[in-house]
Amino acid sequence: MQKEVVIKICMGTGGIAAGGKEVMQAFIEELKQQGIDATVEKHCSVHQVGCRGFCARDVLVDVIMNGEKTTYQFIKPDMVPRIVEEHIVGGVVVDEWAVKEDYHAFHEKQVKVVLADCGEIDPESIDSYIERGGYEALKRVLSEMSPEEVIKVIKDSGLRGRGGAGFPTGLKWEFARQKNSDTKYIICNADEGDPGAFMDRSIIEGNPHSVIEGMVIGAYAIGAKTGYVYIRAEYPLAVERLKIALAQAKEKKFLGENILGKDFSFEIKIKLGAGAFVCGEETALIASIEGRRGMPRAKPPFPVEKGLWGKPTVINNVETLANVPYIIRNGASWFAQYGTEKSKGTKVFALTGKVKNTGLIEVPMGISLREIIYDIGGGIEGDRRLKAVQTGGPSGGCIPESMIDISVDYESLQKVGSIVGSGGMVVMDETDCMVNIARYFLEFTQTESCGKCVPCRIGTKRLLEILTRITDGRGRPGDIDLLLILSEDIKAGSLCGLGQTAPNPVLSTIKYFRDEYEAHIHDKRCPAGVCKNLLTYTILEEFCKGCTMCARVCPAGAIVGEKKKPHRIVQEICIKCGACFETCKFKAIRKG
Amino acid sequence: MEEKLNTILEEYHQQEGNLVFILQCLEKDFGYLPEDAIYWFSEQLDIPPAKFFGVATFYAQFHLKPRGENIITTCCGTACHVKGSERLINSLMKELQIPSGEDTTEDGKFTVERVNCVGACSIAPVVIINEKVYGKMTPDKLIKELKRLK
Amino acid sequence: MITLLIDGKQVEVKEGTTILEAARQAEIYIPTLCDDPRLEPYGACRLCLVQVKGMPRLVTACTTPVAEGMEVQTSNEQIERIRKTIVELLLSDHPNDCMVCEKAGDCTLQELAYFYNLRENRFLGERRQYAQRDNNPFIERDMEKCVLCGKCVRVCEEVQAVAAIDIAYRGFNAKVTPPFEKDLNCEFCGQCISVCPTGALIGKLSIGRGRQKDIQKVDTICPYCGCGCNITLHVSRNEIIRVSSSPDNINEGWLCVKGRFGFKFVNSPDRLKKPLIKKNGKFEEVSWDEALDYVASKFREIKDRYGPDAIGGLSSARCTNEENYLFQKFIRATIGTNNVDHCARY
Repeated sequence: MQKEVVIKICMGTGGIAAGGKEVMQAFIEELKQQGIDATVEKHCSVHQVGCRGFCARDVLVDVIMNGEKTTYQFIKPDMVPRIVEEHIVGGVVVDEWAVKEDYHAFHEKQVKVVLADCGEIDPESIDSYIERGGYEALKRVLSEMSPEEVIKVIKDSGLRGRGGAGFPTGLKWEFARQKNSDTKYIICNADEGDPGAFMDRSIIEGNPHSVIEGMVIGAYAIGAKTGYVYIRAEYPLAVERLKIALAQAKEKKFLGENILGKDFSFEIKIKLGAGAFVCGEETALIASIEGRRGMPRAKPPFPVEKGLWGKPTVINNVETLANVPYIIRNGASWFAQYGTEKSKGTKVFALTGKVKNTGLIEVPMGISLREIIYDIGGGIEGDRRLKAVQTGGPSGGCIPESMIDISVDYESLQKVGSIVGSGGMVVMDETDCMVNIARYFLEFTQTESCGKCVPCRIGTKRLLEILTRITDGRGRPGDIDLLLILSEDIKAGSLCGLGQTAPNPVLSTIKYFRDEYEAHIHDKRCPAGVCKNLLTYTILEEFCKGCTMCARVCPAGAIVGEKKKPHRIVQEICIKCGACFETCKFKAIRKG
Repeated sequence: MEEKLNTILEEYHQQEGNLVFILQCLEKDFGYLPEDAIYWFSEQLDIPPAKFFGVATFYAQFHLKPRGENIITTCCGTACHVKGSERLINSLMKELQIPSGEDTTEDGKFTVERVNCVGACSIAPVVIINEKVYGKMTPDKLIKELKRLK
Repeated sequence: MITLLIDGKQVEVKEGTTILEAARQAEIYIPTLCDDPRLEPYGACRLCLVQVKGMPRLVTACTTPVAEGMEVQTSNEQIERIRKTIVELLLSDHPNDCMVCEKAGDCTLQELAYFYNLRENRFLGERRQYAQRDNNPFIERDMEKCVLCGKCVRVCEEVQAVAAIDIAYRGFNAKVTPPFEKDLNCEFCGQCISVCPTGALIGKLSIGRGRQKDIQKVDTICPYCGCGCNITLHVSRNEIIRVSSSPDNINEGWLCVKGRFGFKFVNSPDRLKKPLIKKNGKFEEVSWDEALDYVASKFREIKDRYGPDAIGGLSSARCTNEENYLFQKFIRATIGTNNVDHCARY
């Protein structure tokens, strides 16, 4: 009997970085050599995240034989012959390379809406999207529904903007619908700039057609003839797949003149971002598409009144738009069954940092942080203690371990001083210094400030300077209060969302980790052992064997001592690089 | 050069381009934004050169000076930061002997740049060497890669 | 018309008016650095933040249009605290050299610092430092004093349609500059100087020639062309050191390079102030009567002998309109020729 063999290989940015292309080539060659007829697919994308989101274990390979799927992790090209020989030819799964229970635990509590098809389909083939019901929603919208009805469904579903602020999508569409203008625009904001977030990239890489379909439906609802996808140039794979998808959609009449033969025409253009975080802000994004410096302007008027080229414009985030086809297909109440009263549906998060299982996850709104970290994330790396979870990127805040039972939704996170944001979720453990984290985020926002308004331009600079002096051991009494006052004024005084939220990491870390700030300022001590200037390395005589390894790696020549006798670090010369600490095999060097 | 510029100009007219589009094309063709080219476009399109300069210096993607043959980009996103991207940069600068405040080696062979998150956080820390993404990078691995390029 | 309440005072203004304009009409003061009623609203300095009842955040008065029944509060504890912080932040990145600054006494930033009694600064830190000097002939550009209000950029583009400068770079390093940081090379209208709220842009001609408090201001009309722009001469020690123009006049305060910088002739040593007649090969000072009689007799002589077309008249745009009118009248009607012109044409 002819065996049906399908092999799916992670080819997202993560997968490719881990050698996905080479693995794929190895499979093709090996199978040819063995004379086996099999389908090798570029499965999903995104880190392959779509399917599993488990990019930390790339390259992930699915081998499907007669419908039975085995997933292998950490596959390298030289492992391919054995898989082909033992599994595909011999029919015996190579157990030691197959994923274990923890892999399945990663998926158990997830609910896939946006990511449902990611990973199951080949992102470069429109047919594979259509096979799984793709463009059904668009067909229904164009043949059965009025724009108002579409808006009603989206409103009823409770879908809110997934880009950060959480504005109800249906309402935004309704405002745009009501504007009287012969020209309107819809823009898909794929300028995902939050450090620690890659949801949007993953969705476009894994299922670009869902975003396109959502955009066409949105355009129909508001009455737009032209749409733009504003996407980061730093995402070359996503751009490439989007281009392919647009061409395919056009060919199949899902885009272009008289879509599906109806009296509705819509085209989508791609605009590449040029590297400015602030362009995620609506008015700055519009300025950038118009070819100007991406500096925000005051609202009102809102883009929905006066947007691109002065015309009514709706700007939706990638994930928001990708939700739309599924909501239309399955109905508003199906979507609204997930989530909390005010935050409906699911949310994709990029789970990263010191958690065992990092990757892209999709969870129902209202899940607890604890479930995300321990059930999906598998707990903290090295079984250290969880300290805090940072959500919402530079606009968000740090949520301390004591609060990880809170529900993950727009309102709850905001209440504790953070935000859902675009969905970055960075887990931090006891070896992370919270002052340093706040400093890191301020460094980011400060370099990304456009410089237009005073509170953000100079204020964030001063916040950064104060934080830097604290982490350098030059903190002064009163610095904490100064940070608080300045933060409040920047929040209330800044022009756009960037400045208005930039102090959040400072405020939330002071709120929950004030003692760490105080230790830095008053005791000149960094409890997490991160801030270099506050560290001293000392050799514990009782453990030192005098192997001289530390002295040899010390770049400053600060370690002295005779062979086979305990060594000593000359503090005046030590540059605190930590090289000795990492080299010592006898744990004879103390950091603190 | 003029030929290349004319091609860009044509494309600009064809697809309702803008300043950012022109600069992106220049960056792609030349690796940086040659001053002459900017003045050429300013003349052709009757857009003041100050506008070009304002836009060019706003976006991180644009460079006013030629860059090195090999571009090493270290990701400085949150995940990479907590996983030690700073140490990678330090070892790079030391290995390549790039003085502080500069980003390119004297011989023009290497340019070290930082980028705000390339969105590959789950394989942090990430380094991109000549557009190839390397995940879970360590200083040792990085230096090995450098030696290969030298 | 729209009626609103500003600080409890009922104000009636036209639709489309901003809160800031409405407050000005009602003579309620709201501080600002980046607003100029003649330019597009910008909303960058954030000093004009006000509280509007029902709005979740403070809004900038300069960008927010009035609405019927709006209730605006232009000052409260939080607003004043933010304003003070903003001025303090600006000063933390500003050379502390008011004692030698040309703008001292006429500087909005200095005014605000005084108003908020900013002696100490909580936010001292790194300051922008630019060593490079701009070698253009008219405009001293000290970008360390720039507050990035963007007025110069806007006036250059919106009013002058030149766009010789733009904001470059971003964040703390944002800087107003000509392309590639070259020396300014423009028409030198100096409009940018006229709108600059600080000492960042100063006319080079006036540097070191008198403090603001010693200046006597004389309103007059620009002598150069037929536009008749209203100008104000700034006179120090009986010399014109600067020319300005008030925004509420016929030319809205805008001037060109000649009107703004072309005043050096007034005190030029080459300038004739008394009539001279060459006697025995040397110029001698004479009375007006003698000079005019002499010129009249010579004109008559030439006209009688060669006809009126042997005479031509050329006057100057530096004369007033009235003078030029009289001049051509004299040439045409009295001399009887059409040979008359001046450098801005008749």
